[in-house]
Amino acid sequence: MNGVAATDSMEHAPWDRACLALHLLCIDPIGLGGITVRARAGPAREAFTSLLDRLAMRRISLHPKTGDDLLFGGIDVARTLAAGKLAHNPGLLSQGGVVIVPMAERCSADFAARLALSQDSGMHCLILLDEGAEPEEAVPTVLSERLAFHIDLGGIAFSEAAWPGEPDLREARDRYRGVVSAPGDKRRLVELAACFGIHSLRAPMLALRVARAHAALSGRSSVEETDMRIAAELVYPHRATIAPQRDDQEQTAPPEDSEAQAENGNMDSAEIPDDLIVAAVKAMLPEHLLDSSQGKVRGVGPSGTGAGLRKTGNRRGRPLPARPGRIDGRNRIDLLATLKAAAPWQVLRGTGIARHRKVVFYPSDLRQKRFEEHSDRVLIFVVDASGSTAVTRLAEAKGAVELLLAQSYARRDQVALIGFRGTSAELLLSPTRSLVQAKRCLAAMPGGGGTPLANGLHASAELAMQERRKGLTSMVVLLTDGRTNVALNGAADRAAAYDDAMKTAAWLRGQIANGVVLDAANRPGAQLQSIAQAMGAKYIPLPRADAQQMSAAIRATGLG
Amino acid sequence: MIRRAFPFSAIVGQEQMKLAMILTAIDPSLGGVLVFGDRGTGKSTAVRALAALLPRITVVRGCPVNAASPADCPPWAKVCCTETEERQTPVVDLPLGVTEDRVTGALDIERALTQGEKAFQPGLLAQANRGYLYIDEVNLLEDHIVDLLLDVAQSGENVVERDGLSIRHPARFVLIGSGNPEEGELRPQLLDRFGLLVEVGSPDSIDERVEVVERREAFETDPEKFAKKWEKRERVVRDRIIAAREQLGAIRKPKAVLRDCAALCMQLGADGLRGELTLLRAGRALAAYQSDKTLNRDHLRAVAGLALSHRLRRDPMDEAGSTARVSRAVEEVLH
Repeated sequence: MNGVAATDSMEHAPWDRACLALHLLCIDPIGLGGITVRARAGPAREAFTSLLDRLAMRRISLHPKTGDDLLFGGIDVARTLAAGKLAHNPGLLSQGGVVIVPMAERCSADFAARLALSQDSGMHCLILLDEGAEPEEAVPTVLSERLAFHIDLGGIAFSEAAWPGEPDLREARDRYRGVVSAPGDKRRLVELAACFGIHSLRAPMLALRVARAHAALSGRSSVEETDMRIAAELVYPHRATIAPQRDDQEQTAPPEDSEAQAENGNMDSAEIPDDLIVAAVKAMLPEHLLDSSQGKVRGVGPSGTGAGLRKTGNRRGRPLPARPGRIDGRNRIDLLATLKAAAPWQVLRGTGIARHRKVVFYPSDLRQKRFEEHSDRVLIFVVDASGSTAVTRLAEAKGAVELLLAQSYARRDQVALIGFRGTSAELLLSPTRSLVQAKRCLAAMPGGGGTPLANGLHASAELAMQERRKGLTSMVVLLTDGRTNVALNGAADRAAAYDDAMKTAAWLRGQIANGVVLDAANRPGAQLQSIAQAMGAKYIPLPRADAQQMSAAIRATGLG
Repeated sequence: MIRRAFPFSAIVGQEQMKLAMILTAIDPSLGGVLVFGDRGTGKSTAVRALAALLPRITVVRGCPVNAASPADCPPWAKVCCTETEERQTPVVDLPLGVTEDRVTGALDIERALTQGEKAFQPGLLAQANRGYLYIDEVNLLEDHIVDLLLDVAQSGENVVERDGLSIRHPARFVLIGSGNPEEGELRPQLLDRFGLLVEVGSPDSIDERVEVVERREAFETDPEKFAKKWEKRERVVRDRIIAAREQLGAIRKPKAVLRDCAALCMQLGADGLRGELTLLRAGRALAAYQSDKTLNRDHLRAVAGLALSHRLRRDPMDEAGSTARVSRAVEEVLH
């Protein structure tokens, strides 16, 4: 047979591995589900996608924002209106084929759920092109779990991506049906999955099919050791949640696993089944697993983790004027506005074949309803309670914050309070609308100690991130004299402290919508100004201000 | 497009989940099942298998709400056909990101635009009448849709008042939600309104896992043959469900057992009276399923976890999970 398939050792370069996965997929595209390809757009991925022709199926390209009408079919508005009777267009997914999803890491939970549903109907083979740059960005598990393969083309140079020879796929397909596996093979694959902490039972099923496909590709009619190993190497590594532990380290396995073992005493002996295969899979585990041996690092969420926040779309909230739109199954048609749009043209349109119709609509008349929903705001007050500020300004600062609190209460904003002094920052008040609680908390805030500005910024960035996940917009009001002298690690080092503060400020910038830095020092310094710049906030020096003046300054920025 | 469903009786293990679904099939007034657990544990498989398992229902041909007799057809549907036909119990999928219009039904835009008629286009709730409505990842569904569903599920009627339409139709269905609690919590108010809660996990013995893989493999190689092999057991379960439905009203409920119900709920500090009612109904359905004539403590013991584990107040000091708390209380009260 062909060299690619029959390669015995799995010292496969990533590219060969990718090609092998693809050829195996060609043998049973539906049964194996598909491939997740992690790579940025580039020559290697280009070369790989051009190989997809070998699947010999209809290709359907979707992007994560494709609407329901395109996916599952719907009314063909243009034809319906032109003909005066209902015309449907078939959905992209109504016929079988290879579904290619670029930017798959940006899939929303909705889209992923729909694809998973169509995947279950058993007509499609899914190619997810995961372009995530960060390790946290990954394809939704609901999809990747259903696909047999995961390949990473990152770091493959174009020169390595040689055009692979095409094995005799037709013959392999014919043979695939008849490939038999020994009765013990299923058990071994299940045990292997268990020892890598793979809970889903789809994995061993897929692995079994891969083993059979590999046997077929290599021209055999029964599954052999090599097929088993290659199947395990291709299907298991990216699903593993733990690296297998030896007997003496068994206790260190994550709780859910040790629980499972405790309930079934005989599992321990069966736990490490085939040293060779275990070692082979282990060699391919993603790095983070071996580092921590703690499970579920990537892609826990239901949606692609690169998707960003979900904004509640066009279905709720305060109504806005209608605007031209189309029927795509997700938005609502504003019938009145549509009628109004069509009304002036009726005399002109009511001729020709449309003569007998009462009202004649064109697709351009369609108006869709729009709604506006504001997400709540959180105002995060980051207050410097260090000795240097406390002496002169803390009381004033507290007064300013209280005034702002009252204003934000009127606007139904939420407020949070972070104080920093000594060597650390503390969340004194979690986001709340309770004015009384905020006041009490503020009054009780102690002063004194160093100025760990970086710590304060860090805490507020973390809070902002947390709130953003809940769909709230964060704004930061930082009040400090800028004399930062404590670094993130708690060391009293002015230079390091400033450095850390600059870095954290840059991080904070990405987490907040808006910010203000109030310089409470008697003589405003350039340092704080550059920190404000780094966090993208407005800088307001407030020498000798009282509470009223401060709050007026904040209001002027449009924040308060 | 439509593939044969994996037979219900062929699902390995997951006894609690299967029991919960059978109980709701016997007594739909139990009010839905919530299945929490990891992916690939057979949640969807079980729900899709229900359609084939459950007794077929008689419906008027062409009726959008699956009415049993021409008299029950809603007037707006303008069903002229009076013939009835037998059909599988509907099991309707509700996808994430579905619009309210699609769920409740809305003005038929197509007819409004092409014929200038005001007509109602029934939604998923109409389709699911007399059957099951399945929501995968219910914890990710938008809150207002979940609210709406629970409201309708409880009242048994869908009322649409929008776009100049005023329409109501029966919508009696059993809600089955599934989800992974790690991916998002369900609000306690909603949790409480599901009748039964099941937590499923992957089977923890290798043998069971191998069995799962083998059965699935056999099913996928030849679905027809596999279905035939399980046909007999499916029929046994179906017949038991039909028999239990008839028995349900006749189950005796001794005072002492009712007291046990109340004592159990008090011990657990479950909010409201829904806990007692569900416990009682679930126990009764189980008694009917086991063809017992009288409700007894064993029945309560078997369903206590299903009916109560999601109704507990959260106790931050108690490290044990809610299931453990329920079984502890069961031991204390029903010793």
